[in-house]
Amino acid sequence: MNLVLLTPLDLALAALLVLALAALSLPLGLGIGKPLAIAAVRTVVQLLLVGIVLKALFENVNIGWIALMATVMLLVAGREVMARQKRRLLGWWGYGVGSVSMFISTFTIVILVLTVIIHPTPWYEPQYAIPLLGMMLGNTMTGVALALDRLTEGAWQQRAVIEARLMLGQKWTQAIADIRHESMRSGTIPMINAMAAAGVVSLPGMMTGQILAGSPPLEAVKYQILIMFMISSSTGFGTLAAVWVATRRLFDERERLRLERIKSTGR
Amino acid sequence: MSRLRLVKLSTRNVGPVSMDVNPGECVCISGASGTGKTLLLRAVADLDPHEGTAYLDNAECSSVTGPQWRRQVGLLPAESAWWHDRVGEHFNDVESSALEELGFKPDVLRRRVSRLSTGERQRLALLRLLAQHPKALLLDEPTASLDSANTRRVERLISVYRKQNRAPVIWISHDARQIKRVGNRHLRLIDGKLTSGRTR
Repeated sequence: MNLVLLTPLDLALAALLVLALAALSLPLGLGIGKPLAIAAVRTVVQLLLVGIVLKALFENVNIGWIALMATVMLLVAGREVMARQKRRLLGWWGYGVGSVSMFISTFTIVILVLTVIIHPTPWYEPQYAIPLLGMMLGNTMTGVALALDRLTEGAWQQRAVIEARLMLGQKWTQAIADIRHESMRSGTIPMINAMAAAGVVSLPGMMTGQILAGSPPLEAVKYQILIMFMISSSTGFGTLAAVWVATRRLFDERERLRLERIKSTGR
Repeated sequence: MSRLRLVKLSTRNVGPVSMDVNPGECVCISGASGTGKTLLLRAVADLDPHEGTAYLDNAECSSVTGPQWRRQVGLLPAESAWWHDRVGEHFNDVESSALEELGFKPDVLRRRVSRLSTGERQRLALLRLLAQHPKALLLDEPTASLDSANTRRVERLISVYRKQNRAPVIWISHDARQIKRVGNRHLRLIDGKLTSGRTR
């Protein structure tokens, strides 16, 4: 291993850069100083914690602990999807639609890849399972959150159009087709752009990490390609499921638009 | 020919409303703004949840799907909405004679919706609805933003459609003279209840 180890002092120097940015935002009145500082502190605390947890997980390989970790990650991702929506479905749906969609797409794909493609022993080897699941969830979460936000906002603002189409006897799927397409697009475009720019504009973080850790570049590239395909299918399927269920929820059994099932979070 | 029958229809603070609109009959409804005239029409078209029911030709609203019901019981909202760029994209087929009767040339179908005036959109929305051949018409102030010449054109077109198809019509209007011209019956909506206005 030719890994250069980082000292706390190195990290403190890097933190100065963030502090400088926060300090600059104050006189400019950008209002990002405080959220930036809070987010930076969260990064440090959360990553240190997860480092400790991963260390413990790697030392005691037990499917129960891994399942617990995966569940916590999913629940936090579900909360994050909900928090990122300006208007969201009322009640259990606001949390459930995003979480269930992410669960179905990410867990299926991660388990499939672990058992069929990578097959470490045991297949739930945490060194593979947890980072893979983390990357899937992180990206799928972004896609689902963007798509649902666009969907509920679109339905809210284009109520007159949707209802005009219903009045002409269109089915609910036709009446909301345009908004649904736009939501799917905004959920999946970041992932498509990331694939298109991979290696040319940006070196993906995971590959960079493997190279920094001493892997041969071509091995790192192969893993990155696998990850990209997993991320895009997971994001795509998750977004598709979330948009489908959420649009269905916007209409009732008589195919009436029921906007009172959405509430504004006042964001 | 069809008969539209409302039975104890109520939605939010409106109703219960029971009435029959006979084939080819035009019932005008007036009332102060905010009394729920629009809500009543939305309930008849099954666009809002409601108590009670409606029948068309003795077929209950709930016996067909929502879209099938709304295709037969056509609601023209007070403000029209458009979703494609050009007018023609909103029509499956439209007779050019109908366009002419409302003062349009056939090339209006190629125009951009964003270039139309409110009144032009309102008249085109009526044509868009009639092109689907609804069996009953629910009209929410269909001439609100029209000048008197275009108001007369719209009144004439609806009257011809109503008589040719023996279609029942519910027409919301504020204009007492218009009500006299087009209505067979006049009802007022006061505090969510329908009461008899003057009969022609």
